[in-house]
Amino acid sequence: MFDWGFTLVLVTNGLLIGLMYSLIALGFVLVYKATDAINFAQGEFVMLAGFLVAGLIVLAGAPFWVGAIAAIAGMVAFGFGLERVVLRPLIGRPIIAVIMATIGLAAVLRGVGPLIFGAETRALSLPISDEPIVLGPISLPPVQLVGAALSLAFLAGFGWFFLKSRMGVAMRAVADNQQVAMAMGIHVERYFAIAWGLAGIVSALGGIAWGALLGVDVFLALVGLKVFPVVILGGLDSVLGAIVGGLIVGVVENLAAGYLDPLVGGGTKDFAPYVLMIVMLMIRPYGIFGKARIERV
Amino acid sequence: MFHRESGYYKTTYAADMALYPLPVARWAVAVIIALLFIAPFVLHEYYVSILNLILVATVGALGLNILVGYTGQISIGHAAFMSVGAYTAANLAVRLGLPFWLTLPAGGLMAAAVGALVGIPSLRIKGLYLAIATLAGQLIIEWTINHVPWISGGVQASIEVPRPTLFGTELKTQRQLYGFLLFFAVLAVIGTLNLVRSRIGRAFIAIRDQDIAAEIIGINIFRYKLLSFAISAFYAGITGVLYTYYLGIANYEQFTIVTSIDYLAMIIIGGLGSILGSILGAIFVTLLPICIRLGMESWGGVLFAGLDINNIIPNLRLIGFGGLIILFLVLEPEGLNRLWRNIRSYFRVWPFSY
Repeated sequence: MFDWGFTLVLVTNGLLIGLMYSLIALGFVLVYKATDAINFAQGEFVMLAGFLVAGLIVLAGAPFWVGAIAAIAGMVAFGFGLERVVLRPLIGRPIIAVIMATIGLAAVLRGVGPLIFGAETRALSLPISDEPIVLGPISLPPVQLVGAALSLAFLAGFGWFFLKSRMGVAMRAVADNQQVAMAMGIHVERYFAIAWGLAGIVSALGGIAWGALLGVDVFLALVGLKVFPVVILGGLDSVLGAIVGGLIVGVVENLAAGYLDPLVGGGTKDFAPYVLMIVMLMIRPYGIFGKARIERV
Repeated sequence: MFHRESGYYKTTYAADMALYPLPVARWAVAVIIALLFIAPFVLHEYYVSILNLILVATVGALGLNILVGYTGQISIGHAAFMSVGAYTAANLAVRLGLPFWLTLPAGGLMAAAVGALVGIPSLRIKGLYLAIATLAGQLIIEWTINHVPWISGGVQASIEVPRPTLFGTELKTQRQLYGFLLFFAVLAVIGTLNLVRSRIGRAFIAIRDQDIAAEIIGINIFRYKLLSFAISAFYAGITGVLYTYYLGIANYEQFTIVTSIDYLAMIIIGGLGSILGSILGAIFVTLLPICIRLGMESWGGVLFAGLDINNIIPNLRLIGFGGLIILFLVLEPEGLNRLWRNIRSYFRVWPFSY
């Protein structure tokens, strides 16, 4: 028997969660688009931002807005610093070096976070009501609505940024061909730093939204594992793709959790997006909106 | 310094192709082998168990280095191949009562088959995409083992494995296991040494250096990439089986993504595309958490007063691994192997500068 009401609930929740995935995936796409670097520590970025906000608000007793703005500033500084210290020396080295460096970074962040901020889960509450908004059979938690709204706002923002602003156009030039961009007088390394800084902003917002949803602890970093299916589905270098990929992953994992979990005994939520991703890698590795620039040998 | 490298004239092809052409190298190898033989009789049982861990890790690091260091592919899912080997062997040993000399190759071959399967995307995609595909492989294999009781043995997804028996004696103590593990570790080292200077190994290196050029000079990339995945996964499967026999239990928690990253750390710290590097990396990465634990037990109370040391150690371990990976990538991309070569070439002409 097929229950339309149940499916509708699953799909709406999936769409909202999916938009929150998109928010995190945006950080990944930004870095990849501008610097060709792959950030395997995106989840840990989000975790770090969550720790910063929770640390400021819960431990230091700062008001929410101060904490949020300080966390954004902190993540931008972190992005800049990271680019300067770790990633700049790796420019021109094989792609595997960058992948491994971000994997190492992920391990470091996962170790440092609980050491400084403590291992227990901290609840992070947004200054909005917890009362879910009920529409017929669907109830929408405000946290997810805020997260979804944030990522839609950022989609619009980055869309404008990459299409119209001088900085965005320069960044696209850098992404397209670093040498030509350099010859046209673009300071390539500065744009690398800016890309990491922007990724820091997105991660900070992701950290606030996800921290409010799940609570802040080391497991917040696991959200990062969902980034890969999202970006592969949508296309690694596409902002729109991050959104669409996020929506697909959100809906698929919710439907899987609703319909497959009772059959196989749980856990399909984390499993289904990856199966989808493998299929995508086989048929269309550059994703729905990505540029078909895969080298075949 | 103590020896001269000139004046040895090779008169046969066999001499020219020898693994260790210089007498001093042969002596060094002989001394190392002798030390390895004496070790279990003079060391305390605890240190022998650490040596055992190093031996197991060496096999896995060699395998991963064949794939990453020699063929230039990437795998973030190597621990999953180990778990495939481990559960294959455990199931065969428990259900059919097979001895280790059958379960070991069976585990390896099963892992190789799964490895080749996971490696199929490498034919279409590379670099980042391959990394993500192998990550997916890791997660899917982990999930499958965890959710299929037929494989995992049901309760807590772990299977108790009988100890390996050799000529009627059960290998129970660490000292007995040492000989067992040493044999396979040495076999893996010799196998890899010979593999990388064979036709196959040279094809791997050609693919790593320039895949298009390799294709043009007639290397079948399709076959060799899959072969590399299969061989590498075979080593990983063997590692999984050996580790299972070492622990006496097959448990998927020993083969999570953290283990995959440990092994990647080994070959990066040790040196990509180097056999000595794999061994050094295995030693280094195995000893690091033990050293951290020893250090924390003696000074932890002073540094982190009021915190539970047992909670800090795993975090320090993560920081240590991650930090070292980054440090080596940025400062010494060729790893410990390069450091060792630098030291050696400095002392080769010592006290003269050249």
